[in-house]
Amino acid sequence: MNKYEPLGRKLDLRSGRVDLSHGSGGRAMARLIADVFHKAFDNEFLRAGNDQSVFDIAGGRMVMTTDGYVVSPLFFPGGDIGDLAVNGTINDIAMAGAKPLYMSASFIIEEGFPLADLARIAQSMGDASRAANVPIITGDTKVVERGKADGVFISTSCVGVVPAGLYLSGDRARAGDIILLSGSIGDHGVAVMSKRENLSFETQVLSDTAALHDLVAVMVEAAGASIRLMRDPTRGGLAATLNEIAHQSRVGVRIEEAAVPVRPQVAAACELLGLDPLFVANEGKLVAFVAPEATEKLLAAMRAHPLGQDSARIGEVIEDEHCFVQMTTAFGGGRIVDWLSGEQLPRIC
Amino acid sequence: MKHVDEYRDGKLARDLARRIAAEARADRCYRFMEFCGGHTHAISRYGVEDLLPANIRMIHGPGCPVCVLPMGRIDDAISLAKRPEVTLCTYGDLMRVPGSNGSSLLKTKAAGADIRMVYSTLDAIAIAANEPERQVVFFAIGFETTTPPTAMAIRLAQKKRLTNFTIFCNHVLTPSAIQKILEASDPDAVEIDGFIGPAHVSTIIGTTPYQRFATEFHKPVVVAGFEPLDVVQAILMLVRQVNESRAEIENQYIRAVSAEGNRRALAEIADIFETRESFEWRGLGEIPDSALRLREPYAQFDAERRFTIVTRPARDNPACECGAILRGAKRPRDCKLFGAACTPETPMGACMVSSEGSCAAYWAYGRFRDRETGLQRVGAP
Repeated sequence: MNKYEPLGRKLDLRSGRVDLSHGSGGRAMARLIADVFHKAFDNEFLRAGNDQSVFDIAGGRMVMTTDGYVVSPLFFPGGDIGDLAVNGTINDIAMAGAKPLYMSASFIIEEGFPLADLARIAQSMGDASRAANVPIITGDTKVVERGKADGVFISTSCVGVVPAGLYLSGDRARAGDIILLSGSIGDHGVAVMSKRENLSFETQVLSDTAALHDLVAVMVEAAGASIRLMRDPTRGGLAATLNEIAHQSRVGVRIEEAAVPVRPQVAAACELLGLDPLFVANEGKLVAFVAPEATEKLLAAMRAHPLGQDSARIGEVIEDEHCFVQMTTAFGGGRIVDWLSGEQLPRIC
Repeated sequence: MKHVDEYRDGKLARDLARRIAAEARADRCYRFMEFCGGHTHAISRYGVEDLLPANIRMIHGPGCPVCVLPMGRIDDAISLAKRPEVTLCTYGDLMRVPGSNGSSLLKTKAAGADIRMVYSTLDAIAIAANEPERQVVFFAIGFETTTPPTAMAIRLAQKKRLTNFTIFCNHVLTPSAIQKILEASDPDAVEIDGFIGPAHVSTIIGTTPYQRFATEFHKPVVVAGFEPLDVVQAILMLVRQVNESRAEIENQYIRAVSAEGNRRALAEIADIFETRESFEWRGLGEIPDSALRLREPYAQFDAERRFTIVTRPARDNPACECGAILRGAKRPRDCKLFGAACTPETPMGACMVSSEGSCAAYWAYGRFRDRETGLQRVGAP
C-alpha cells in the first residue's frame, strides 16, 4: 500500500475547471488523464499507460500513437512547430522499439494566419517526414475565427510495426536494470524559452528536435530483448519520465546528478530563469532501461550513432514500494526528484 | 558554469563537512535556523543535511514571502482580478496559492480573469503603457530584496505619467520576523542556537540590522550566500561561535554583502514606503512593524486606496501545524495533513504553498528520509 497518494486529490468534476497545470506533464496532468480520459475510454491498452499502444494483427504487431502540438513561438532556434510535429510523433512510435511507417496530420488554423508561415511550416514537415522516410499520407484542415486559436495547432498520428520478440513497456523496469540517457537534457525547452516575448535572451542553444527511430533501430539491433523499455523525456523533462516509469513498474530509481549531461549554456539559462534542467522538455532524447549484462554493448551502440554520441549511464533501478526517484547530488547529498508541481513552462511542445 | 560551479564543488563540501564533524561537540545538539527560503531550497536541493553530523539540526524558518502571505491577501488579489477593468500582474509562484475558499489565481484565470504572469515589474509597466484602457495592478510581494524593483516601477510609472498602474503592496521586513521568533514564548519551541542570516535581503539592508539579535538575545548570526557551499561554511562558522560562546554577526557572503547595505536602494525605499503598524504573517500571526505600505504622496499608485481593499482575516485549517513548524517546534512529518490532504498540488498551509517552504522542500526533495529514520506517518484521514 502506497503511503502517499501518488496523483494527489481527485479532480472536482462538478465545478472545477481546466487550468494550465493540467497540461504540464506533471502530476496534475496524470490526474486529469486518470479521472477524465481513462475513466471514459477504459481499456487494457490505455491502462498500460504508455505513450503509444501496441496491438496484434494477422502476421505481426503494430503500434499507433497521436500527439498535439501547440508550441509558442511557432518558430524557435533549431526548429519549428512543423518538424516538431513530425519528429515528436515518430519518437512515440520509436519508443516501442518499432519502425514508423505512415503519418497523418491535422491542422487547426486561426483566421488571419499568414500563408507564408503556413507554407514554411508545411515545408518543414515535408522535409522532416522525407528525412525520416515516414510519409504523411492523410490529413485534415480546419480554420477557426480570429482569437479562437493561437496561429496554428497541429495534431499528428503515426503507425508502425514492432519487430518480432520485442516487448517494450513502461511497466517492465526491474531492480538492477541500468538507465541510459542518449544525450544532454533541457536543450529544447531552453531554445523555445529564449524566444518568448517577455523573456527573450541571447543564447546559442538549439532545440534538439530529431526523429529517433534510426537510433532506436541500432539499439534494438545491439541489445534486442535485453531492453526493457524506452521513453522520450518531453514535457516535464527527465524527472517526469523517470517518475512515470517508477510508478508504472512499481520500482524505485536512483540517478547520479553528475552523470546527467547538461550543456553549460542550458545550465546557465536555467540558472537565470530559476528552472531545473531535470524538468525542462527535450525533443530528441531518449532514456532506455536495460538488463545490466547488456549495458556496455548498448551504450557503445548508442554512442556510435550521431544522435547518441553523448549517451551516458545515469542510474539504476532499485526496489522501493514508494516508487521514489532519488538522486545523489554532485554536491554529495541525496534528494528526491519529484514530478513537477504545477506548470513550469507552458506550451513548450 | 563559471562562477557558479565553484560554489557547488563536491570535494570542497566534503572537506568542510569533515571539519564540521571534527569541531562539533559530541555532547551537545546544535539547532540552527536558516531564515530564508532560498537557504531552505539550497539545503534540500543539494542534500546538504546528508553532509552534516546527526547532532546538527537545521530548522527551516519563515523566510519565503509566498509562504507567509496571509490567505486574506490572496483573497484580495483574487477579488481584484475579478474586476472587469483590472489586469493583475503577478510573479508565477503566487498562481497556485489557495485563497480561503479553495480558489487561487490559477483557477480565477481559468475562469476568465485577466491575470498575467510576469518576470519583472518592468513587464507590468510595459503592459500598463501598452494597454491604457486596462487598470494594471502589480501584486507586489517579497522581503527587502524585491522592494527596490517595486520602488523602481513606481518611479517609472510616475515618469511615464501612467494613470492606470497601481501596486498591491505586500512587502515585509525580515528583522521584525526574526525578532518575533526569538520572543515567542512557545513551550514546545526548541531553543535556536544561531541563525543563518539572509543572503539577498542582506545585500539591501546590510548586516547592521541583525546586531540586536547578538547583543539583546545572545544569538550568533552568520549572513550567508544561497549556494550550498555558502551554507555549509556558514554552519561551520556557527558551530565555532557556539563552541566559543560567542554571539556575533559574521558575514560569510562578503562577495555581495556589506555592513551598511545598498544605500541608494534603502533611500528609495524610505522615500516611497512607510512601515505598517502591524501585518499578519501566515503561520506566525500579527507582527508589529513588519511590513510596508505606500506613503501618502504615492497614493495614486496604491491599489489598496484606488480599489478600497479591506482585508478580511482568513483562518488556516485547524489541523495545520505550519506555525509550530516555522518556529522549529515540529517537523513537516509531524503534521497529519502533510502528504495526505496537503501536498504541493493541493497546499493547505504556509509551508507547502511555495517550493521554498519547509514542507514543500521536504516533500519535493527529502521525503525518502522518512524510512531511514524509521518514523511512521499516520495515513490520510
